[in-house]
Amino acid sequence: MIRAQVIVRPRASIFDPQGDAVGRAIQHLGVSKLKQAHVGKFIELELEGDDVEAVRGQLETICKDLLSNPVIEDYVLTINGKEDLTGLAASAAKLAKRSPKAKKEKA
Amino acid sequence: MRWAVLQFPASNCDQDAFHVLKNVLAQDVEYVWHKDSSLSGADAIVVPGGFSYGDYLRCGAIARFSPIMSAVKEAAAAGKTVLGICNGFQILCETGLLPGVLVRNTSLHFRCETIPVRVENPASRFTSDYLTGQVLHLPIAHGEGHYVADEATLDSLFQHKQVLFTYSDAQGRNTPGANPNGSQRHIAGICNRAGNVLGLMPHPERASEKILGSADGLGLFTSILASHGVPQAQAA
Repeated sequence: MIRAQVIVRPRASIFDPQGDAVGRAIQHLGVSKLKQAHVGKFIELELEGDDVEAVRGQLETICKDLLSNPVIEDYVLTINGKEDLTGLAASAAKLAKRSPKAKKEKA
Repeated sequence: MRWAVLQFPASNCDQDAFHVLKNVLAQDVEYVWHKDSSLSGADAIVVPGGFSYGDYLRCGAIARFSPIMSAVKEAAAAGKTVLGICNGFQILCETGLLPGVLVRNTSLHFRCETIPVRVENPASRFTSDYLTGQVLHLPIAHGEGHYVADEATLDSLFQHKQVLFTYSDAQGRNTPGANPNGSQRHIAGICNRAGNVLGLMPHPERASEKILGSADGLGLFTSILASHGVPQAQAA
């Protein structure tokens, strides 16, 4: 069996009112250091068979055409525990990894 | 003129649209189930409001894959009139017939009230019975009506006069307070570049009879009739 996991997140440039509300609730809990919260979706798919390469393209299509809307969301696709770096997922994953520390090292 | 009103699981404004077309405007109108693949030659298609597929995933995201939507896309490409109201607007955006997307209201509140809506462009098949800057009083009822698109798309929409309706105050001003959902540039309704596909969040079909509080929405339907050459006397 192939297990695919998809994380769909609101794009940084789009105001995320749910994340904002959750963030405010967290601050009410007394966590003052919270900078921002983002609310997205986690979707798990189970597929028959073991041939990952045979379904990779279809999984990309599912992510791109149904599970996320590229106008407002990015996605990261993980297949059998391994992040898929082909297609659109690649740019989303790269964005996710661009931490402030990494930026500093580059500069 | 023949009309089709689509029905998805959890559509809930289909009967309102059907009623206005059939009983107020004496039109030839039929319901079309989302699993059908034919629009039976309808000249105009209404994609009604509601909560198709429970708004699962994103509003309109699953309805987009209903068999009938292939026929709607073909009809749109052939220049037929397509009117998406509320959830119908969301479905048309997800289908790609209109640019952008509708997301959660900035306030996180479901807004259900009658609000002022300004007519931006009366030179369309949906608005010819209105005047530029005319303020309509139309009901809204949505939790996800915040229109989002990138800046280039927004500029292009205004440049090509595709923004037909914006949220305003009663005097027709786009003040910050007169925006019930946080829509970018107060956008309430847009059409495609060709001008035959309209999506809007307010409900003209719920404001087409004075006895229901406002008949300001009727002009949208009579505009469509006029654009299809249906005389007003016949429409009334």
